[in-house]
Amino acid sequence: MTAATETPDTPVERTREPAPQQKQQWNRPAVTRLLRYAVMLAFALFFLIPMYVLLVTSFKPLAEATSAQAWNLPNPATWTVDTWSSVWGQLAPSLWNSVVLAVPAVLISSVLGSLNGFVMAKWRFPGSDVVFTLFLFGMFIPYQAVMIPLRQMMTDAGLMADGGSLFPLILAHAVFGIPICTLIFRNYYAGIPTTLIEAARVDGAGLIRTYASVMLPNSAPAFAVTIIWQFTSVWNDFLFAVFLTNTENAPVTVALNNVAGSMVAPYNEQMAAALLASLPTLLVYIFLGRFFMRGLMAGALKG
Amino acid sequence: MRKARDWLPGLLLVLPSIILIGIFVYGLIGWNFQLSLTDKHLPGPKPGEFVGLDNYVALWELKRWTDSVWNLVVFTVVFLGGAMLLGFVLALLLDKPIRGEMTFRTVYLFPMAVSFIATGIVWRWLMASDSAAGLNGLFGAVGLGALVDGQTWWRDPETGMVAMALPAIWQLAGYVMALFLAGFRGVSEDLREAGRVDGATEWQVYRHVVLPQLRPVLMVAIVIMGHMSLKVFDLIVAVAGNSTVAEVPAVYMWKMVFDVRDPAFGASIASHLLLAVAVLVIPYLVWNMRNERDSS
Repeated sequence: MTAATETPDTPVERTREPAPQQKQQWNRPAVTRLLRYAVMLAFALFFLIPMYVLLVTSFKPLAEATSAQAWNLPNPATWTVDTWSSVWGQLAPSLWNSVVLAVPAVLISSVLGSLNGFVMAKWRFPGSDVVFTLFLFGMFIPYQAVMIPLRQMMTDAGLMADGGSLFPLILAHAVFGIPICTLIFRNYYAGIPTTLIEAARVDGAGLIRTYASVMLPNSAPAFAVTIIWQFTSVWNDFLFAVFLTNTENAPVTVALNNVAGSMVAPYNEQMAAALLASLPTLLVYIFLGRFFMRGLMAGALKG
Repeated sequence: MRKARDWLPGLLLVLPSIILIGIFVYGLIGWNFQLSLTDKHLPGPKPGEFVGLDNYVALWELKRWTDSVWNLVVFTVVFLGGAMLLGFVLALLLDKPIRGEMTFRTVYLFPMAVSFIATGIVWRWLMASDSAAGLNGLFGAVGLGALVDGQTWWRDPETGMVAMALPAIWQLAGYVMALFLAGFRGVSEDLREAGRVDGATEWQVYRHVVLPQLRPVLMVAIVIMGHMSLKVFDLIVAVAGNSTVAEVPAVYMWKMVFDVRDPAFGASIASHLLLAVAVLVIPYLVWNMRNERDSS
């Protein structure tokens, strides 16, 4: 209705129809609206500035990727994709590692989360609330608190040797993804009418058949949320990755930190690498943002 | 109590997850705690002897540790204040329907989809200390060079952590905005309307009708942002690399494992982190569980 918040003194209309709000925008003082847009635009710039730097620098040849010309657009005569192909060469193996890592980790925690969510929403057992809360604690802990023993455990099992696999990291992400997936599915299943389940039970369906015939066919939106949310977390994780992998199976965040964090890499390479490593999650965010949003809100325990 | 035949299958279905969480969360926390009470100061198979809280006491006598704790305190205060304020303002701006709302919301929130490592790389450059580069260069170019004259950002041993909070605010303010927006929209329009009918200005409606109902959201936002801040790790590694100027406990713990190679000390740092987060999160989880019980 109005941006009274920026200009507390502005008198605003006091009578208001609940609907259609579009019309009202035209009634209120244009100045306020303009001001509100200006402030919103200024904030948008603040959020986009790093993006601008990433983009323009990544297309500059080495000679122009200096601090003095940092804010300039790439020279139309000399701009190049060479940097991109160079960092692609450096990051491709680790990008692939991240894919190999994310797919099973995301699927395992989503499937387990779905089963748990079903039980904790619709087929409770004594103490299931407490179990659920104990699960949730696992989602908030600083993972440092388990990292040294976890690494030790994997080493003892012979999984951390040179040329080792991504298995330890997949396992860790799958397990530590269970709480948030359980939470998302539990909140989602809570909205499915209990009468449907009772009807299935009256028909003699047991737990598994009820899940398979009533819950699973209705689960697609919740799976979309957990898959997208978990994919983003696993892809962007650095802490587990740095503790549980060797150089040869490092996922993309670790490789990116090695490429760009060496401080000797030229700026154009650093920026292109950072952008390349972020592209998958950015694309997911842009095209499937509403599922990402639901995961975000679930993370705050708000359904 | 219902018959076991009714609920037992449910328990069995959840059992694999209970075992996994039991081992990987609670088992490993216990192991870490046990390790922190020993003198196992070298990696390898040899187990350490029980030494009680010696490592904890020794830790607090290290200047590097107390410095890292202080760094984290400054970081947390600035980050929490900044992210809450910015997030709140953004939510206020977007609360009322406006054309392009979705676009703005998408822009404000997109940093959440990027890794802290990528964020850190850009911001390390933005916060470069040389006067032509990064933000210093940008301010200079628009004639505000005096504002940032000779600014060394996070490299400043006194105020570095204030600068370090900037990228974190940039990355997470959108999350706070989303939480507050959900909170605003949870306040019923009838209630707001009632305020307007009583002659309140739009500002007064916010002040006296909306804000008092936001206390739960405020608490949620503080717990979420606070626990993220205590765990801050990737961002500092990406911005500051091996520099110890901006070291925080989580980074110190990592170096304790990979550089110093002292498991017992590393474990005692990890226990400190867990304790700090637990103090913040456990009351929240208990509150959440009670709320759900009341409402069901």
